[in-house]
Amino acid sequence: MAKIATREAYGKALVELGRQNKDIVVLDADLSKSTKTALFAKEFPERFFNMGIAEQNLMCTAAGLALSGKIPFASTFAVFATGRAFEQIRNGIAYPQVNVKIAATHSGLTVGEDGASHQAIEDIALMRVLPNMTVVVPADAEETRQAVQAVADYHGPVYLRLGRPAVETVYENNYKFQIGKADQLRKGQDAAIIACGIMVNEALVAAEELASEGINVMVVNMSTIKPIDREAVLAAAATGAIVTAEEHTIMGGLGSAVAEVLATEKPVPMAMVGIGDTFGESGKPAELMEKYGLTASNIKTKVKKLLEKKI
Amino acid sequence: MEGIDKLQSQDLKQIARRLRSHIVKMVGEAGSGHPGGSLSAVEILATLYFNVMKVDPENPDWPDRDRFILSKGHAAPALYAALAEKGYFPTEKLITLRKLGSPLQGHPDRKSVPGVEVSTGSLGHGLAVANGMALAARLDNRNYNVYVLLGDGEIQEGMVWEAAMAAAHYKLDNLIAIVDHNHLQIDGKISEVMSPEPVAEKFKAFGWSVQTIDGHDFDQIQTAIENAKKVQGKPSVIIAETVKGKGISFMENEADWHGKAPKSEELNKALAELDGQENGQS
Ligand SMILES: Cc1ncc(C[n+]2csc(CCOP(=O)(O)OP(=O)(O)O)c2C)c(N)n1
Ligand SMILES: [Mg+2]
Repeated sequence: MAKIATREAYGKALVELGRQNKDIVVLDADLSKSTKTALFAKEFPERFFNMGIAEQNLMCTAAGLALSGKIPFASTFAVFATGRAFEQIRNGIAYPQVNVKIAATHSGLTVGEDGASHQAIEDIALMRVLPNMTVVVPADAEETRQAVQAVADYHGPVYLRLGRPAVETVYENNYKFQIGKADQLRKGQDAAIIACGIMVNEALVAAEELASEGINVMVVNMSTIKPIDREAVLAAAATGAIVTAEEHTIMGGLGSAVAEVLATEKPVPMAMVGIGDTFGESGKPAELMEKYGLTASNIKTKVKKLLEKKI
Repeated sequence: MEGIDKLQSQDLKQIARRLRSHIVKMVGEAGSGHPGGSLSAVEILATLYFNVMKVDPENPDWPDRDRFILSKGHAAPALYAALAEKGYFPTEKLITLRKLGSPLQGHPDRKSVPGVEVSTGSLGHGLAVANGMALAARLDNRNYNVYVLLGDGEIQEGMVWEAAMAAAHYKLDNLIAIVDHNHLQIDGKISEVMSPEPVAEKFKAFGWSVQTIDGHDFDQIQTAIENAKKVQGKPSVIIAETVKGKGISFMENEADWHGKAPKSEELNKALAELDGQENGQS
């Protein structure tokens, strides 16, 4: 299967959307070639607004467009969208519940060589804590394509987290993405891996290898981090052990969201694969994944350790 | 420690040529990075580090040193090359740029490279940080100057103008900002993406002393900085008219070369052009 970047799928999906709905407008902050909104800009120049290097202005302009009936997609790198413009998002989009879609690319460590200043490893946490905000992290190109359509149809603020490098295909087009609905990709009763984004594929690889060792783990793609699919978390908890996996700090992201459900409803032994209390650094995406433990083999190790604790 | 031994413009030209050669080699070897905005800033950096700033590579934290902030942090290759040539670290280190484990991160990290004053890469921060340093100099009765280099796309950030207002309000005459006015950003011409013009008039209206110069002419850079140092009661900005990709024919004025590494053939061509310039062919 060809590898495709989720940002690439996003750019194409935007063009599709633009053709269907004339209220779709797109804004960027001097990164349209990288975020792939340039594809939309080319086809619909009159509905594309480049705000220049001004992310705060980007978010509030998008809010104004949304308050006037448009469906704006605002794009830039994840670190600048959620970081520079955090308060504009909080008070200008989330609190007044404005219909803005923040589609941020270059999330996580796989930004690679640009280094820590450009690697958003806390964006899920920042967006997840905002009331009214929906947070979606697609695992591959097909899920991205469907998620773009779904978030456009949904009325309300959404954070869509996209990546830079080409990623493995997880889904064929017989899959149906729904906001708020996790997807069980693999059945298993010994433990469950709940993953999002590029870690879904790593989870599948880990599960396959564990199966050859006689350990059967469930794999769940939690592509909507907020609102989290509680039923899916509880179903996973029925295995008695849960490992979460995300390309994000373990503080406040997917792992934390899952832990919040487990702690209050069904505590089971749990482990988290993610980035510790550290910034990233420059390097090739694959090297960084390895160094920071964002790998199938680390997931496997965590599952096995956890099984020892399982009651 | 008043002043430093001034180089002749012929020597500065040699330094500039070496910086350009380092830049294209580093970025070529890394396979990614930002050559365009590094090359446009070479004469400015060479003048600052070799003819203006009181700094001591042996003692990078010397409290009375002049400060330089690369607010347009993506031009890290130019800064690293200047620091290495100045003696902060061996030039051999330069080719580790952007590699796993290298101190030379894709964007400058003050924790890992001696001489890097501020970690930058997120555009828009530098001027405010410079204000803080300039205010501290006043509090501590130190007479260092703070230099900060901004991109002309970068000044689209609102925070730059918040800081511009503050610098004038606090009469920071120990602060000298330089705008690398190369007329390009990532998505194209700044005039087409989001025009910040007229830049000089904006700074004037914000209460700054403003000069506009050719940012590749050593004498003009030198003179403008000397003038700026004499200004009292307000901050100074030098609008340096530059060419993005300067010195490498096929990179000049091409937005595409903002953030793209030369392939090995392109790298050889670039190095050959720089050699030609050394032999006086340009
Ligand atoms: C806050 C922020 N937004 C976006 C970027 C991505 N970015 C890196 S360089 C650049 C363009 C910079 O243009 P300019 O300031 O003119 O620099 P130069 O032409 O000198 O390279 C952008 C948008 C960033 N680094 N920081
Ligand atoms: Mg520029």
